[in-house]
Amino acid sequence: MDWAVITSNAKFLLLQGLVGIGRFGGGTLALAIPAILLGFVVGIILGLSRLAQRPWIHYPAATYIELIRGIPLVMVIFWFWFIVPLILRRPVPEYWIALTAFVMFEGAYIGEIVRGGIQSVPRGQVDAATATGLNYRQMMWNIILPQAIRNIIPSLVTQFIVLFKDTSLASIIGMMDLTKAAQTVTARELRPFEMYLFIAVVYWVFTYSMSRFSQWLEVRMSPEKAPAS
Amino acid sequence: MCACEAGLPVEFPVIFTVNNVFVGQKSNGASPYRVRSFFTAMVFYGFLGFSYDFRWSVLWTPPHGSWLIDGLFMTLRLSAMSWIIAVLLGILFGALRTVPFRPLRILSTAYVEFFRNVPLLVWLFFWYFGAPEVLPASIRQWLIRHGMEFSCAVAGISIYHGARISEVIRAGIQSIPKTQLEAGLSTGLSVTQTYRLIIIPIALRLIVPPITNESLNLLKNTSLAMTIGVGELTFATRQIETYTAKAFEAFTAGTLIYLALCLGIAYVMNRVERKFAIPGLIVRAGRAEH
Repeated sequence: MDWAVITSNAKFLLLQGLVGIGRFGGGTLALAIPAILLGFVVGIILGLSRLAQRPWIHYPAATYIELIRGIPLVMVIFWFWFIVPLILRRPVPEYWIALTAFVMFEGAYIGEIVRGGIQSVPRGQVDAATATGLNYRQMMWNIILPQAIRNIIPSLVTQFIVLFKDTSLASIIGMMDLTKAAQTVTARELRPFEMYLFIAVVYWVFTYSMSRFSQWLEVRMSPEKAPAS
Repeated sequence: MCACEAGLPVEFPVIFTVNNVFVGQKSNGASPYRVRSFFTAMVFYGFLGFSYDFRWSVLWTPPHGSWLIDGLFMTLRLSAMSWIIAVLLGILFGALRTVPFRPLRILSTAYVEFFRNVPLLVWLFFWYFGAPEVLPASIRQWLIRHGMEFSCAVAGISIYHGARISEVIRAGIQSIPKTQLEAGLSTGLSVTQTYRLIIIPIALRLIVPPITNESLNLLKNTSLAMTIGVGELTFATRQIETYTAKAFEAFTAGTLIYLALCLGIAYVMNRVERKFAIPGLIVRAGRAEH
């Protein structure tokens, strides 16, 4: 055991790998935070589309969600790694490929959560909104979505934790994130045990605090539920 | 060589570009397919402005076909072995988290919270590159001789998913009201009988949907084993793509096989769930968290 390898490389691991400040770009947080925000937007669009009445909106959305949920994330990343440069007809940095892949992948999962949230809003709310003369957009935006999103906040946070852990897969296509930074340092220092244990702890600190936050939210938002013992 | 040999239209609707590193050849000359698909080709050229030379035969020309089959079997073998160990770990630690003895509860909670909150990829690297470093040389030699990639992948996947499955099982156990046990006891059953006849049959049915969900996650996550050199399905797909530069065909094959596996298992388990559903019982055990 030689933990000096951690302290001497901590700056590279945390600044470049975790935050993404440095000449390699990338960064776990720099990927995870935009992916969470954009994935949420794509998820709401997909969730609403899946609930749409018109079949030409409903079926493509449903097919897309089932397709994405049926294949591994690695496969999705490879697809985007292959397709994005083809469509844009020029080389694309790994960061943008990874971001696209994560947004489209998590969007499918968040879409299912959003759909569940919308379906959990009592039917009477829709009728009441219609009766007061609101149109579809006003009803969704002002009445249904606020309630739906409040119901699904715990599952959303859980999904964001999954996304945060999944960003480690961006290292497979060579994006410089925490995992890739650890691989790079290991290739030079030959201290894999200490290195991978260290980044495991770094990942853990983030995911565990997010999951405690989600538990706190869940208790706070449903006062009738006693704290889990 | 062109795909007409395999009886497939080469010039078939053309979505992707030719002047790209992924694509080897551009077929020139007057192929009959060119005329037939002229209209579709115009549409796609018009909208997207590029084409792709489909050659599906790369999927079954030797040796690529056998790579895919081997990869599929490796995925199934890896999933089956990891699943068995993960379920055993899940039952053990899920049950331990509900026992009225604090040190055991703390131990199992520590296991669950630490292992499921770190990415599986990091665990695979840890078990494959890191952990053998601290093993005695004799054990390491034995592992290397007996296929270290596979055993490390099984270790990584089963320990990670064991932690997740134990959450499902704990939620299943805790979702059964205590009154069930009391009711069983008051009808004259012993504690063992109550567990055997009432609690366990209900708990098993409650956890079928989340366990199915978790098993599908496990199946999909075996694709990460390619990063430590296990020749499973995604690895085979990548290999075909590297050797033939036919990414679209290779990824399509991998995608379809994974889809067939996942949808097939989901369909079967859905039937099982319905067959064994308890009438009137709509309460479901909580889904596994991340």
